[in-house]
Amino acid sequence: MSDTSQNTNPVTQFDELPDAPPKRKIKLSLPGKIGIGVVIFWAIIVIIGPTISPYHEADILDEELFIVPGSDEMYPDTDFQPPSKIVWLGSDYLGRDTLSRILFGARTTIGISLIATLLAYLIGVTLGIAAAVGSRFMDMALSRVNDALLAIPSIMFALVVIAALNSPTIPWLILITGIIYACSVFRIARSLGQEVMVSDFVEAARVRGEGLWWIITREILPNIAMPLATDFGLRFVWIILFISSLSFLGLGVQPPASDWGSMVKENLPGLVYGSFAPLIPALAIATLTISINMIVDDISAHSGGKLAKRMIS
Amino acid sequence: MLWRALLGRTGISLVTLWVVSVLIFIGTNLLPGDIAQIILGQMATPENTAVLRAKLGLDKPVVEQYLVWLQNVMMGDLGISKAGLGAGLGTPIVEMLGPRVYNTARLTILVSVIAIPLALFLGLMAAMHPGTKLDRTITFTTLNLISVPDFLVATTLVLIFAVSLGWLPSIVYLRGNESGWLLIKTLAMPILTLVILVSSQIIRMTRATVLNVMSSPYIEMAILKGVPRKKIILRHALFNAIGPIVNVIALNLAWLVGGVVIVEQIFSYPGLAKLMIEAVLLRDMPLVQACAMIFCATYIVLIFIADMATILSNPRLRHPK
Repeated sequence: MSDTSQNTNPVTQFDELPDAPPKRKIKLSLPGKIGIGVVIFWAIIVIIGPTISPYHEADILDEELFIVPGSDEMYPDTDFQPPSKIVWLGSDYLGRDTLSRILFGARTTIGISLIATLLAYLIGVTLGIAAAVGSRFMDMALSRVNDALLAIPSIMFALVVIAALNSPTIPWLILITGIIYACSVFRIARSLGQEVMVSDFVEAARVRGEGLWWIITREILPNIAMPLATDFGLRFVWIILFISSLSFLGLGVQPPASDWGSMVKENLPGLVYGSFAPLIPALAIATLTISINMIVDDISAHSGGKLAKRMIS
Repeated sequence: MLWRALLGRTGISLVTLWVVSVLIFIGTNLLPGDIAQIILGQMATPENTAVLRAKLGLDKPVVEQYLVWLQNVMMGDLGISKAGLGAGLGTPIVEMLGPRVYNTARLTILVSVIAIPLALFLGLMAAMHPGTKLDRTITFTTLNLISVPDFLVATTLVLIFAVSLGWLPSIVYLRGNESGWLLIKTLAMPILTLVILVSSQIIRMTRATVLNVMSSPYIEMAILKGVPRKKIILRHALFNAIGPIVNVIALNLAWLVGGVVIVEQIFSYPGLAKLMIEAVLLRDMPLVQACAMIFCATYIVLIFIADMATILSNPRLRHPK
């Protein structure tokens, strides 16, 4: 984390100096590149998914669609059908098109997770920096409350709150998840912030007479941005998994809205008949989470590289 | 010195447990929704509700309610479940918990016994040969396994072993008197799922911990003076990594608490986590509180063990200046 690269103007002239820090170029490995491709793919689906989907997410398909031409069967089964020309990825337990539900569900699942992650970051980083720059008392108070909240397994926390609410709505879901994950963001932001606060350049800024706000926005935030960005990726993955798990338990997104986690749950009975309906949404989640982890892995592999690690191999 | 650290940690754990009990109580009581009304559902007339509120002690101030609840919990009285409340008295929660706790404990102990040695072995193998094909396979597989949802692993296993091969049942149906082969067969799927999930976490963290130790100056010294690689890992690195590894294991067993919720639900395993989900779906508050307290207490105990392992394994923490 070089602090020279933060001020935009002088960077060019410092670059020519002999002791200029090496330019950080992130070269991605093959899994990392594939990861970026997949993430972009899902991002596009989030935007245009509902427009390109063949049916509506709640449409229960007509039996007529499934009649094989030439056969005299009047009432064919429509649920848990294997992939065909009518339903590209098969149909679900009510005879709805799995592909359409995946396309609609992308918006629900990814959207909710993204908003929850942003909320967690908003709360966590604000309070974390407040604890890092604030008085000792404030730091103590915030940290103790945070430790207590972290001592509850996140799924338990959510279960207790959801039990108390009569029916979990999406804003509540986002709020609960945001608060739960804000705790771990707080810890990271606080420790990163404290590290920067004791550095020489912050001391220099203070001596220069800069205000607290200036130090926070010009010194602390730029310096903790990169580690936090990596952490954001991981946190986003955990939140997707967390929200999907809640939906899977029937306590997250409620029907008829399609959400990948609840799609797995509602189609679970089809597993016995060998239907892939529960597997497809689970795989959709997996492609997204694995890709993000691959990218994060690639980036963090670059910041390592000690002598022994290289020599021992 | 050691005793002081131990006492200090115990104190912190107890305080945390108390704070958690407050949070759980607030979480279940102060949020919107009147419990008496929820219990009565459609039968909620104003008089009915008032009677039930008085019976449950809901008309008293919140602090008093909390103190009564805490006192009861300490005495081993976890309250009365909503189940069967319509027919008169509800079922005492302690009676409901017994078999469930036994089932969950059995599952988690079996999983730990299998997963920990397996994961340590694979993690060390990966750390001993970093950058090789073996290491890359292990890291890649475990990274994938920890990134996918728990239920994907479970459903894939069901699809393979129960549907395609037909070797194992897809649902755990425990009568309580199974023994030997039948019991193994019944428990195989949930155990397999949890072993895969837990060990991939432990493998990754073991590898990272050992490699982290490997980059410390004294290992560099050993490399430079020409000690063979195997000897460095087994004699120097492993000993210094034991503390962190015990830490990793304890943290992952604590993580089992969350994993168990999903797995018990998928396989209909009659354990504590499934009971809690059922309680949440029925809004059975006393039962939710009781289950949450048990899970949180277990979690805190495991974190305590992890903390102690860190202190015991590091002489500098063991004898603070």
